[in-house]
Amino acid sequence: MGTSLDAKYEEFWRQSIKQLNEVVKATGIPIAPDEKGQYSLWYDVRELRIRFSISVERIKRFFEGLREGKIYATRCRRCGRYYFPPQADCPYCRVSDMDWVEVGGEGELLTYTVINTKPLTFSHYSDYVVAIARMKEGFNVLAWLRIDDPRKVRVGMMVRLQIARREPEGYLTYEFVPIE
Amino acid sequence: MRGVAIVGVGHAKFGRRTDTTLGELTWEAVKEALDDARLDQKDIQYFVVGNAGGWSAESLPAVVVGEYCGLNPRGAMRVEAACASGSAAVYNAYLAVASGMADVAMAIGVEKMYESPTPTVVEFIGRAGNYFWEFENFGLTFPGYYALYMTAYMNRFNATEEDFCRVAVKNHYYGSMNPKAQFYGLRITVDQCLKSRYVAWPIKLYDSSPITDGAAAVVLVSEDLARKITDTPVWIRSVGVATGTANLSKRPDFIGLDAAYQAAEQAFRRVGIGHRDTWKYFDVAGVHDCFTIAEVMAYEDLGFVERGMGLQLVRDGQTYKGGLIPVNLDGGLKAKGHPIGATGVSMAVEMTKQLRQGVEPRDRQADVYTGWALSHNVGGTGHYAYITLYSLDKDGGPKTKPKR
Repeated sequence: MGTSLDAKYEEFWRQSIKQLNEVVKATGIPIAPDEKGQYSLWYDVRELRIRFSISVERIKRFFEGLREGKIYATRCRRCGRYYFPPQADCPYCRVSDMDWVEVGGEGELLTYTVINTKPLTFSHYSDYVVAIARMKEGFNVLAWLRIDDPRKVRVGMMVRLQIARREPEGYLTYEFVPIE
Repeated sequence: MRGVAIVGVGHAKFGRRTDTTLGELTWEAVKEALDDARLDQKDIQYFVVGNAGGWSAESLPAVVVGEYCGLNPRGAMRVEAACASGSAAVYNAYLAVASGMADVAMAIGVEKMYESPTPTVVEFIGRAGNYFWEFENFGLTFPGYYALYMTAYMNRFNATEEDFCRVAVKNHYYGSMNPKAQFYGLRITVDQCLKSRYVAWPIKLYDSSPITDGAAAVVLVSEDLARKITDTPVWIRSVGVATGTANLSKRPDFIGLDAAYQAAEQAFRRVGIGHRDTWKYFDVAGVHDCFTIAEVMAYEDLGFVERGMGLQLVRDGQTYKGGLIPVNLDGGLKAKGHPIGATGVSMAVEMTKQLRQGVEPRDRQADVYTGWALSHNVGGTGHYAYITLYSLDKDGGPKTKPKR
């Protein structure tokens, strides 16, 4: 793990802002050659930082569940359809009459990948395995698979879905582990 | 609905276009399309701009393009269908002309991806799906999504990484001959591809299309005008449109893209052909090879061959010029480049040029027997799909090619 996300992220932007300031100081205009040294670019003096706030009001039971050690799906009381990720509404029955049901946890791995080139906001993690498994109930879940050696992963292997604390951020989420 | 034909095409040079602004880059394509159709801006009654954006500075790309290219005060909109935004623009302009709301419309696609640093672009594309449930916690990337398909496909059909590299080699071969391609002049070998680094196992750098700036434009006109403007109008005969689930986890399997299959089904039904052995109806196809696995799945979703047989086409070289069905003779997304919003329009440009038999050098001009071509443009990872059929004939279904 090493450096935290904050430190990596800040460093990335600090470097570019530092270069920008130096260019402006030297030339009076924020223009510098592109990465290949070929063409002139105006380096934006305005920064746009984006972090969204997303409503979880109608599915907050799911997050309460994580704190209680349970992973929930929702299930339509009328048609019996499971929803994972949990949904507050069943669009097929046009009802919002849902049961919160605990996910059994056992599943069969359908496919997976190892993310080698990571998004900036994931750059502080080691390469991670993302897998999709079909749970006993019939629906699929996508999550990281915790495994020491990605070469041991096989399509068709049995996995268990469990709650995990994502470090270094320290928040609760879910992950797969192989069933020995 | 009335007939709609493409009568003018324009294509900017694809690549790292840090020498141009959004407006300047688009103008390269718009100017060429106007010249090709011998029309003036005032003749264009409506224009649509395909642009995914986010990584580029302009929030209202359609109006920036409209002003720069002198298209004001004509009506416009910007459309988004992820990597199929260009085909969405063509579809929207097609609907405007087919319905009679406009006699002459322009579909434009543009993307400026080098306005942001690569990590930001990776971040943006990784969010293309269901942001909250699949990106926020699990950090998928665009190659990562397709890697989930490649793993499942390899496992199911005993395919090897080498098989997929052959797709990259083919598309680079054609891209190397296309002066508008990002990788013009650059051929690769299977060995180079196999030795390239993994970006999302089992997808390697050379299985992947690059980050690209680019623009393309087509002029669409009604059937009454088409032959007054050109001797070789290329008719848009059918468009099939479909979507797939935002969450990949909601899909039953990972060996084909259902949205592409459904869109193809619709497109074929409209012209009265079955969804089987479809290679025989088309002289050439442009398919969405953002990754090599995507091209192989396209062969099967389009019904060129049955599920699991796509790699056999690759192994036998049947998608080169002279083969069963030549695919991506312009280099495809892989070697021509993939400027997200421009790709679909670029496909329409290339299919038009192929059917007009005006492609240079001739080594990448398909032999024309039936006068029909097809483009397959996927948005995201099978989130959107647009299948467009083009023909030199205004009416009637496609003939079949002689068996080779």
